[in-house]
Amino acid sequence: MTLKIITQAFDPYQEIQRYQHAHPENLGHIGATNIFIGTMRDFNENVAVKGMTLEHYPGMTEKQLDNIVVEAHAQWQLIDTLIIHRVGTILPNEPIVLVAIWSSHRGDAFDACRYIMEALKSKAPFWKKEHLSNNDERWVTHNSTGYKTP
Amino acid sequence: MSIKVRYFASLKESIGRSEDTLSFTPLLTVSDVWKLANPTIALSENILVAVNMDYVNYDFIVSDDDIVAFFPPVTGG
Repeated sequence: MTLKIITQAFDPYQEIQRYQHAHPENLGHIGATNIFIGTMRDFNENVAVKGMTLEHYPGMTEKQLDNIVVEAHAQWQLIDTLIIHRVGTILPNEPIVLVAIWSSHRGDAFDACRYIMEALKSKAPFWKKEHLSNNDERWVTHNSTGYKTP
Repeated sequence: MSIKVRYFASLKESIGRSEDTLSFTPLLTVSDVWKLANPTIALSENILVAVNMDYVNYDFIVSDDDIVAFFPPVTGG
């Protein structure tokens, strides 16, 4: 299991390929790979957003994410996990987070990926400050439900 | 007893500082720590608290050398 908190833009698809090539011991055992990529939108709550700054609590972020991954490994049959999360300045269309799960069976991969992502959203100490197109700034005060609301 | 208090994100901005170092003798809960560090500001119910990077409740009693962190709801991902 690998966790990276990074300040530079990244290509999640390249990261997944690189990770798989770096872990040949997993090949043959993997029957399911589940990937979640969170990307920055150029709007939020009906307002145009031109960028954002992601603050975090170094050390606690890693500790909480480690706990979450250990919980997932205890609950599902997983072969490996890769989590990458951006901090610092982020622009629209850039990936914010990657959660990749490798397992032998799809149920474990789907469920663990959803669990890790939802736990990250509620426990990992990251905070978004949005930079709006009108040059105002605002902190994001809460997470959405994850579904489009009317 | 001496502890460090840290603040993050919007809470850090509204308080105007990122950390305090407090020295005291009685046993204090994290709620007491907040009152000692910020006597004129009420601790809002949605503020989260961690001691040594683990989440705790407001009645958790701090120990010497603890790092107590106060911050708003997290919004990563």
